[in-house]
Amino acid sequence: MQTHAPPGAGSTPDRTGALPAESARRIYRDMLTARLLDTEAIALQRQGVFPAYVSLRGQEAAQVASAAALDRDRDFAFPTYREMAVALTLGVDMVGYLASHRALWHGGRYDPIASRFGSINAVVGGPVPHAVGWALGERLRGETGCAIAYFGDGASSQGDVHEALNFAGVFGSPVVFFCQNNRWALSVPNERQIAGGSIAARAAGYGMPGITVDGNDAAAVHNATRSALDRARSGGGPTLIEALTYRLAPHSTSDDTTRYRDRGEEHAWQERDPLPRLGTALEEAGHADTAFFEQIEDGARAAVERIRDGIATAPPPAGSDLFTYVYREPTEELARQQRLWREEVEP
Amino acid sequence: MTEALVGEGRGANGAALVEMTMQQAINRALDTALREDPATLVFGEDVGRLGGVFRVTDGLQAAYGQNRVFDTPLAESGIVGLAVGLAMNGWRPIPELQFDGFAYPAVDQIVNQMARMHYRSRGAASMPITVRLPSFGGIQAPEHHGESLEALFAHVPGLKVVAPSDPNDAYRLLLQSIRSDDPVIYMEPKARYWDRRQVVLDGARAQAADTGGDPIGASRIARPGRHATLVAWGAMVHRCLRVAELAAEDGVDLEVLDLRWLKPIDTDGLAASVSRTRRAVVVHEAPLTAGLGAEVSSLITERVFCDLAAPVQRVTGFDVPYPAGPLEPQYLPTIDRILLAVQRTLEF
Ligand SMILES: Cc1ncc(C[n+]2csc(CCOP(=O)(O)OP(=O)(O)O)c2C)c(N)n1
Repeated sequence: MQTHAPPGAGSTPDRTGALPAESARRIYRDMLTARLLDTEAIALQRQGVFPAYVSLRGQEAAQVASAAALDRDRDFAFPTYREMAVALTLGVDMVGYLASHRALWHGGRYDPIASRFGSINAVVGGPVPHAVGWALGERLRGETGCAIAYFGDGASSQGDVHEALNFAGVFGSPVVFFCQNNRWALSVPNERQIAGGSIAARAAGYGMPGITVDGNDAAAVHNATRSALDRARSGGGPTLIEALTYRLAPHSTSDDTTRYRDRGEEHAWQERDPLPRLGTALEEAGHADTAFFEQIEDGARAAVERIRDGIATAPPPAGSDLFTYVYREPTEELARQQRLWREEVEP
Repeated sequence: MTEALVGEGRGANGAALVEMTMQQAINRALDTALREDPATLVFGEDVGRLGGVFRVTDGLQAAYGQNRVFDTPLAESGIVGLAVGLAMNGWRPIPELQFDGFAYPAVDQIVNQMARMHYRSRGAASMPITVRLPSFGGIQAPEHHGESLEALFAHVPGLKVVAPSDPNDAYRLLLQSIRSDDPVIYMEPKARYWDRRQVVLDGARAQAADTGGDPIGASRIARPGRHATLVAWGAMVHRCLRVAELAAEDGVDLEVLDLRWLKPIDTDGLAASVSRTRRAVVVHEAPLTAGLGAEVSSLITERVFCDLAAPVQRVTGFDVPYPAGPLEPQYLPTIDRILLAVQRTLEF
């Protein structure tokens, strides 16, 4: 069984030069901002502000470069719990996003419909069929939006992911299935997860193209996603993209990677960190200089600071929020229970 | 479909009184919904060309086209997941799960996704989904085709659950469910699909609230009586009506309360009936332990304890898997068992 090793010297060269300079610079900016925000979020967890956090360190290229290919006016992204950099790229209110990690509201405290980025979803594989429904709805209305479903290598084992891929294949729905294969599903490696060794290869069984990309190569990710979106938008149906990447951090702040993987592997992937890789490629292509990097870093730091301040002052949810959103049309019984809460519990 | 128009222009708003089976009434409600609201979609396994295994969706694809009424691959979780995504994109899905026992593969999408997406998104994503679920037993069906899942779904925050007992309610309650902006599990009593009765078809009503008076959650007195209240839903309502007829021959006057909504439960309606009759027997097909009868019994006890002349009785299925044909009549609450429970409550 062949699963992905860190792409080494023999792998395809970065094609960053193939990206328009402006796109490459914007992707770099968002990747750097995501990296700094991710680092800040881990610090906030250490300080006790966040009960827990799930880092995406190492997956910035996969997330930002794919999300940057979306049309923010037309498309819709369905995330799991690790797509912070997708949210950032799509312009989601990040204080609202991180409200989930601050444990203020499970799904985050942003409007998923207006943001075109679904609520944070902790059911592995669960949101993938929603992308198919959303995309089908778009086509039924004669509109041109596409859905992108993010999921992990672990999620690829879920029946819902199979059902979603098959539905999309049968309906020809405009969906991009974007699997970030970060090699580990918590403690379980690809070898124990993926029969056959490739998630992308399964696409053939659903009658759609399956693309494997170096998920740490921003240009490759961006171009693959863009082609898949173009194809979907023009009526060509769904595509499955498997972006080979690596989770450099533990699964979550509660995880201990020493129990299941060795440092050597982490170090090897550290060498392929997508962020400096894109930086170098930008420089070599003549798209960036020292002044650019300084300016970008200043901007990213300022953005992170604003978000951190926002988190610090984010109000706790109102107690009545327990009841407010259960139904669109509340029941008398729930109103009774809310009165009970007011009388017996409300501080 | 053959329908006998037994009266014209009767009822408000030009509503017509038409005799039809429950299966036809559900078909008519779907037809009305598809006609009045272009955002409605009907889909599921075999609902298109075939018209559903019970022919409930017969003719709808021909009338509304393959975009509005369509077959999906055979995967229940995918069907409900599809509905969730469609709802997030502004549609009003009416998925069918072919049989009760095959709702289990969709439980994750129903419970973890559909039921709480509105909550998770703080009201941004509403889920106006009606999951049609042919339910309950009584037709000597194969395994997994006679299950009663109401207690499971009634337990889930964010869901509403309803089970009609006759064609008129089937029509009315389905339109009410579809027009509601919350997710509803609509349980169709298979054993009553061919029951033929009069249905008040509403004319051009479009307002969600305007579905014939009763709000979501309202029960119905199927037969007024003085000596005890039989509480039931779905096909058991008719069994209780039969029990009431038999009891009447012995001078016992039973009230039959058709609960209709299993979430929210009409606590006021229950309390009003039982405080008058002072005795209650709850009848359901589902197994006893942690069945909805326990909830009904508790609600009665909490609300009208001092009016009760006897403990609330439960007549239910046994705590066994739903059995095959020959044992079905011994599993489902029999007329004799209900009469015995009535006797126990009267003699207490
Ligand atoms: C259905 C389900 N089962 C189990 C879990 C617990 N869990 C959370 S994340 C995770 C691993 C997921 O791995 P993968 O899909 O590869 O995504 P990654 O965490 O690597 O981004 C597990 C087992 C869950 N959230 N959902």
